Amino acid sequence: MSQTLQETFSRLWTLDRDVLAIAWLSLRVSLTAVGIGLLLGVPLGALIAVARFPGRNALVGLLNTFMGLPPVIVGLILYLALSRSGPLGALGLLFTPTAMVAAQAVLATPLVAALTRQVIADADAHLGEQLRSLRLSAPRRAGVLIYDARFSLFTAALAAFGRAISEIGAVLVVGGNIDGHTRTMTTAISLETQKGDLSLALALGAVLMGLVLAVNAAAALLRGHAVKAYG
Amino acid sequence: MDVLRRSFLTLSLLAALDASSPLRAEPASIVVASTTSTEQSGLFKHILPLFKQKTGIEVKVVALGTGQALDAARRGDADVVLVHDRPAEDKFVAEGFAKGRQDVMYNDFVLIGPKDDPAGIRGKGVDEAFRKIAASKAPFVSRGDRSGTHSAELRSWKEAGVDLTAVRGDWYRDVGQGMGPALNTASSLGAYILADRGTWLSFKNRGDLTILVEGGKRLFNPYGVMLVNPDKHPSVKVKEGQAFIEWLVSPEGQKAIADYKINGEPLFFPSAKKG
Repeated sequence: MSQTLQETFSRLWTLDRDVLAIAWLSLRVSLTAVGIGLLLGVPLGALIAVARFPGRNALVGLLNTFMGLPPVIVGLILYLALSRSGPLGALGLLFTPTAMVAAQAVLATPLVAALTRQVIADADAHLGEQLRSLRLSAPRRAGVLIYDARFSLFTAALAAFGRAISEIGAVLVVGGNIDGHTRTMTTAISLETQKGDLSLALALGAVLMGLVLAVNAAAALLRGHAVKAYG
Repeated sequence: MDVLRRSFLTLSLLAALDASSPLRAEPASIVVASTTSTEQSGLFKHILPLFKQKTGIEVKVVALGTGQALDAARRGDADVVLVHDRPAEDKFVAEGFAKGRQDVMYNDFVLIGPKDDPAGIRGKGVDEAFRKIAASKAPFVSRGDRSGTHSAELRSWKEAGVDLTAVRGDWYRDVGQGMGPALNTASSLGAYILADRGTWLSFKNRGDLTILVEGGKRLFNPYGVMLVNPDKHPSVKVKEGQAFIEWLVSPEGQKAIADYKINGEPLFFPSAKKG
């Protein structure tokens, strides 16, 4: 164990450009997926929070359930859809980074929507009465509340990013872990573990954690700035 | 709403980051469905750059078990398959998913186990070794994933006259994973396992395991290559796929395979029929 750890640290210094490329791909895929997740999930979650319609409770329950969607199932369903023999096969997207973005976006969107719904529901409890008295439509009220709670939504974005960058089941199935093309940090770690090169796997794990830390730090800085400038 | 507009801009930029990649002029590329043994042994990392240098064609390898690799090709998700399970390959051709199969290379399987060898199989014949493992109920790790190695293991039990369904018990661990994870499991359990020599040679977490039985011809492990039949799947890149197959069986490709060694030991031996 201690020998493996020692090797891990020495391996960290010798990680090469391949690792950088893999880290960049992971970051690119997961950030894009989170971007899509925010575009879809924030409005969806906010609308569900402010609108009153039949079946709303069921929808909220469904959304919360989808937060626990197993990545490998998402990967499998997307695989069958994107396979050449599947309904979307003509697009030729299987085993591409785009397919991995799609898979992670499917994972990120319900998470963003569910967390947004909670944040906006809380904001609605404070301001909803006033907004309704202004006779604003539900989408308008949702828009105002999103703006009001915008800094609280950072957490939703970070949670979605954490889910996306750390999952392996979906990217492995739809990406295929192709060297230099669809190999991400998580699939690379898994591959090195399979090859029995545990110290390299751990070194890659350390890089991944560093990456997540860097993104979180950047988000915290950005949030701080935004609060000062616009809060 | 300034902030909203700005964050929207940022988001669309993020989305564009990904969309920009297909716009770059992609070099010609093919998808090869292959086995974990060829990928994890490092063979592809050695030979693919040589092929790309010569032809400019990029080969994207998806490493699966042989059974899965053939299934992916059946669905049209690969242009070429390079696998090692002769009966399954012949079936693939018979079903019309490929028009033919060519020999590429071979290595052999080895029976691996703990150094103290509780079943006493060291240096024994292949059949006797399998019988002894079953009789002593020493832990044995099976791939259990329909891979070429898994098929070879099941054939070995049969040929040794062991009825696996009758004697199967706790000692027989079916892990359902690739060669590497199966070796990791065997290493931590101190179990016996059938492995292809290539993956074993490149495997680092050996622990107490060592080669106990080498079967030579009896554990012969041939690899074959096939172009997926474009009549079944028009998306197959025939020209590039054919170029890859021709290179693999050419003197140049065969030499590249023979040149791949770990600690001076070759992992695969070229076996293409000289045309």
